[in-house]
Amino acid sequence: MSDAVEVRDLTRRFGDFVAVDHVTFDVREGEIFGFLGPNGAGKTTTIKMLTGLLAPTSGEGRIAGLDVRRDAARIRRRIGYMSQRFSLYADLTVDENIDLFAGLYGVRGDRLAARRRWVVEMAGLAGRERQLTGELPLGFKQRLALGCAVLHQPPVLFLDEPTSGVDPAARRSFWELINSLSAAGTTVLLSTHYIEEAEYCNRLALMNRGRLVALDTPPRLRALLEEPILEVRVDDAPRAVEALAGAPGVLEASMFGRTVHVLVSDAAGARASIPALLEARGLRVGAIAPVRASLEDVFVALVRRAGGAVEG
Amino acid sequence: MRDRRELRDSLLRVRELLRKEWRQIFRDPKTKRIIFASPILQLLLFGYAVNTDVRNAALFVVDQDRTRESRELVDAFTAGGYFRLVGRSDRPADLAAALDRGRAVVALQIPRGFARSLAAGRGAAVQVLVDGTSSNTATVAQGYANRIVQHFGLDYADAHGQAIRGGVDLRVRAWFNPALESRVYNVPGVVAVILMLMALLLTALAVVRERELGTLEQLMVSPLSPGELILGKTIPVAAIALVDLALVVLVAVLWFHIPLRGSPLLLLVASAVYILSALGLGLLVSTVSSTQQEAFMGMFLLFLPMIILSGFMYPITSMPWIFQKLTLLNPVRHFLEVVRGIFLRGAGVAELWPQIAALALTASVVLTVATRAFRKSLG
Repeated sequence: MSDAVEVRDLTRRFGDFVAVDHVTFDVREGEIFGFLGPNGAGKTTTIKMLTGLLAPTSGEGRIAGLDVRRDAARIRRRIGYMSQRFSLYADLTVDENIDLFAGLYGVRGDRLAARRRWVVEMAGLAGRERQLTGELPLGFKQRLALGCAVLHQPPVLFLDEPTSGVDPAARRSFWELINSLSAAGTTVLLSTHYIEEAEYCNRLALMNRGRLVALDTPPRLRALLEEPILEVRVDDAPRAVEALAGAPGVLEASMFGRTVHVLVSDAAGARASIPALLEARGLRVGAIAPVRASLEDVFVALVRRAGGAVEG
Repeated sequence: MRDRRELRDSLLRVRELLRKEWRQIFRDPKTKRIIFASPILQLLLFGYAVNTDVRNAALFVVDQDRTRESRELVDAFTAGGYFRLVGRSDRPADLAAALDRGRAVVALQIPRGFARSLAAGRGAAVQVLVDGTSSNTATVAQGYANRIVQHFGLDYADAHGQAIRGGVDLRVRAWFNPALESRVYNVPGVVAVILMLMALLLTALAVVRERELGTLEQLMVSPLSPGELILGKTIPVAAIALVDLALVVLVAVLWFHIPLRGSPLLLLVASAVYILSALGLGLLVSTVSSTQQEAFMGMFLLFLPMIILSGFMYPITSMPWIFQKLTLLNPVRHFLEVVRGIFLRGAGVAELWPQIAALALTASVVLTVATRAFRKSLG
């Protein structure tokens, strides 16, 4: 079985700036594949090259066996795309938006009737078909946009930060949709900067400054970090990070919400030495406990290990 | 077989896009006003306000002769409706004061001994001062004053049995616009301006608005090709421009009584070609603008020079050589000659083919360049 998406050394430059730098990966059919990274990491640029919106500077990309440079027109019929910006027509009704995308993708007749029912029901818009799309709450708009993007039942779906700006409840129901699409065989490539969202992906590509830093399933990415992590509760987290940086036994200290996550070489030793070290600087230390590495810890550690800084 | 299916699919996509454009245009009251009310407003504005005729110019008279003859000369000035007496005096100093303070645009000074010189058959001189700050009015007023004084002299000689020695009597008749009304000349020109403005602006905005909203990107990942997108965006604009043409021509003929002496069909054909070049220019503007403000700016940077170098307001023959040559690239210039020719002279294909050919040439060049640039701008 061939892969749904194959990418080899894909590169895009804008003048001197390398937005995507020799990125290589494969996505299996039916997989949910996520790009995680800060703004400017190259996630959107990668998706734009694969959807034919942007020409690659060098490298190769194949979607369902078709070359992104040569077969752009044929690829367009086989992919769905939804960008971070709401991109339906606000001054058209729900039905009119569906009509438009159905017409563009050649969905007609009985198939259109069935797909229209599916989209309206999926987006929870039954009875609101004649309402202007601009008047709908954001969560509904986003589900309708997704519905229009998969109206023609594409084998590969690209979602560029699809849930930005949506509240957590709407985000959860959006993910149920993505899961059901994937279960039905659709390959989903999406980008996000929400760490908790990344956990839902089958596999994750961590990106920073145009490079692929790591690529694996979320559990195995976490396992890349063999060293234990201590979560330190302290009254002034930024000062604690400063104090811990470079201290003996400390590999890495970073802010995690209002606490500090400390990557250490020896958990027992560090648990004993950290309170004294911080209290000597006049900081008040609360509980110290070992925690499971989050994807963010992994991300920070991998980027530092590679000798780079996290941007964004 | 496959080609035919692809062609059908392509046409269906264009039809879908046209349906969507149509729905959006007729849903938005603001768009409707711009499309249908603004051309008529502009036409009324140009028809009434932009009047280069001189009527009721303020006249100040210093009459130092105070004779029946001098009063008759003043009457000759005011009788035609061209001049309106705003004051009189017998001190020359008041003359300068009236012009300085802007009370009058024209001042007439009749020196002492005017009547006596006339009676003696020696010929008499009067002085006319014109406020040159508004040069157009000054030139026109000067012309009127000249003619009035000349006629006065001839009439006097005639009435008093004096011989006119070797005088040449110039009789001018204006063809096509006998009363030399500037409105008759201006209103057909406005047709050219309105069509260019509407087609240019609507095309540029139609594309850039979608780019700004992000929907253009959504269209470009769909099977819609750049060519199909161009058709979907320009056909509605062309249709609107033709409706505007009909509206403006109707108002010109029925309201302003501008004669339409030539063939309406020829006018329609020439307009269609002209509109094509405007669509192309609109597409060009859209390729270099990422926001609607930029599109507006780009449009005016193009539109104003085109109007100035068209002969719409300033005659091309008085431009420096290089600018005269530049106007040949300007579709507005060619179309202006066509509309004025058809409206006022009743000109047909035989007289207007060079201009129509020039229009067709500019349209095809602009459209080719614009579609290339447009495809490229889509990535």
